[in-house]
Amino acid sequence: MLRYTLRRLILLIPVLVGLSVLVFAVARLLPGDPVRLAAGPNASEAEIRNLATEFGLDRPLPVQYWSYATGLLRGDWGVSIYTRRPVAEDLRIYLPATLELVVAAMLLAVMIGIPAGLFAAAHRDRWPDYASRVFSLGAISMPRFFLGLLLQLAFAMWLGWLPLGGRFPLTEDAPATITGFLTIDSLAAGDLHAFGLALRYLALPAFAMCLSPLATITRMMRASTLEVLQQDYVLTARALGLSHRLILFKYVARNALSATLTIIGLYFGFLLGGTVLVETVFDWPGIGLYATKAIVTQDFMPVIGVTLSIGVLFVTVNLIVDLLYGVINPKVRYE
Amino acid sequence: MTETAAPVTERGSPGALAARLVNWRRGAYRFRQSRLSLIGLAIAAFLAFIAVFGPWLAPHQDQVAGAVDTALRFRPPSWAFPFGTNDVGQDMLSLVLAGARISVLAGLAVVVIGAVIGTLVGATAGYAGGLVDETLMRFTDLTLTLPSLILAMAIAAALGPGIGNMIAAIAVSWWPGFARLVRGEVIAKKHEAFVDAARAAGARPARIVLRHILPNIVSPVIVKMSLDVGFAILTVASLGFVGIGVLPPTPEWGSLLSVARGYMPDYWWTAIFPGFAIFLAVFGFNLLGDGLRDVLDPKARR
Repeated sequence: MLRYTLRRLILLIPVLVGLSVLVFAVARLLPGDPVRLAAGPNASEAEIRNLATEFGLDRPLPVQYWSYATGLLRGDWGVSIYTRRPVAEDLRIYLPATLELVVAAMLLAVMIGIPAGLFAAAHRDRWPDYASRVFSLGAISMPRFFLGLLLQLAFAMWLGWLPLGGRFPLTEDAPATITGFLTIDSLAAGDLHAFGLALRYLALPAFAMCLSPLATITRMMRASTLEVLQQDYVLTARALGLSHRLILFKYVARNALSATLTIIGLYFGFLLGGTVLVETVFDWPGIGLYATKAIVTQDFMPVIGVTLSIGVLFVTVNLIVDLLYGVINPKVRYE
Repeated sequence: MTETAAPVTERGSPGALAARLVNWRRGAYRFRQSRLSLIGLAIAAFLAFIAVFGPWLAPHQDQVAGAVDTALRFRPPSWAFPFGTNDVGQDMLSLVLAGARISVLAGLAVVVIGAVIGTLVGATAGYAGGLVDETLMRFTDLTLTLPSLILAMAIAAALGPGIGNMIAAIAVSWWPGFARLVRGEVIAKKHEAFVDAARAAGARPARIVLRHILPNIVSPVIVKMSLDVGFAILTVASLGFVGIGVLPPTPEWGSLLSVARGYMPDYWWTAIFPGFAIFLAVFGFNLLGDGLRDVLDPKARR
């Protein structure tokens, strides 16, 4: 297990190098003149040249990549040509907000989706099954930004139960930053009032995010449960007189989970890139909103930073999922 | 009945043709048995109809091209304006009808381009094997780890507004799924007897792949394409929603919704109808894709 983990970690290195080359190449080879855009409409040619020299953009591309890559190793993710702020510092602020949203959405999806899938499979071809299948197809097809808008309309504008957008009220004192997750930080500070506020702000965007993974997890869980239910050992357990409930929750659920786990890993990465829309609707100050602003101004260092950090997180989460297989299913042996 | 039975023989011979016909009729029967698939087919056909004729069906055709009528701003839904009017007095029904063309056209184009690129990459990797396979597939895996929406936004913003640029930007990250699918299918088929026969007869690799292998792996590709169309439409609308892609006055569902956001909650109808149109389009194509998969991909059938 330890050797397998180490080998997988070493294999990550070429992937990360490849990823950084690819992202850098895409961002720098796109048409457009970001320097001219950043210098402003009234800048003279000399000013534009000076700006390019200042940021090292007049050097050949391989040289630029080399200095970017060596910078990355020192924790330097480049500087925004627009705001002149270091990208690493911005990411430290915005990434936890996005992660909190994605983790909350995935938790919701897993906590509802896994029992729902089990339940649908146990009632195969009866109404709970049909209901969950139609719901899943509908939920997958629902645009996240439209759902967000509908939730805002219903719960924030008409009913007034939950805030319209943002992450925390400006008028209140936010808890001291430890993890960057407001819910965890406020609990760590023992501030239940702030915790309640953070949850209220998190509720709508997290729900808007969770619907499509929820649908997929329900479908996967249903399909893999149906498959496991046909195995011989389930028949044996039944013949031994074990209760239906015990078989389902103790023996079937565990084996049905491993296929679902892959989907959870893949979805985590997918959601990280997909928060853009929900963050736009709810003004959630995460990397999606940050990337959108940078994209519109063709400020490529933040774009590279965001894309790269999502790629790295995606690869890491999938590695963790692969390692978790062994925990769930001891039959998986690592070479 | 099974996929492997018929296609092992080459195309063209009368027996193979008859087998294909029987397969096709069985598939059509199975498709008709599923009510959800039929609903999906109906929605997709309806959308295709609107996409072709929408601009002529629109009650206010001049407004589709950008004409405004500020005296009629923000009228709620009524008999005269079933979907209400927007901030510049345009009839929402006309805009939503006309918007179908962009969404359906762009969604289909993205999937077709993605399928063509992915098939070329996947078939090359699968047939060549070795170092070519390794290089192409590692590149494919890398592309899969990139956040596709952010990538599409960045490319579309750099290329500038316009439907062609938007399609290109989305298609750039759409092919890896097809590449992996086709590679697997090509590897499974490349040692079949009819491929060996073609090779023995002196056919060159390009001919073997294009004329002998690819025609036999069409159905999984078609299934993936039909499943992807809904999500491609969703991505097109997403780009419109963040304000990158097609520029106003061209009516596009995502950008209609993004404009309407500023006028919530009082003028809710400007958001509800374009949003529901996106949902209906994606839902219809997803149902259709699910139905086609059940028919064409026996392994995935429940």
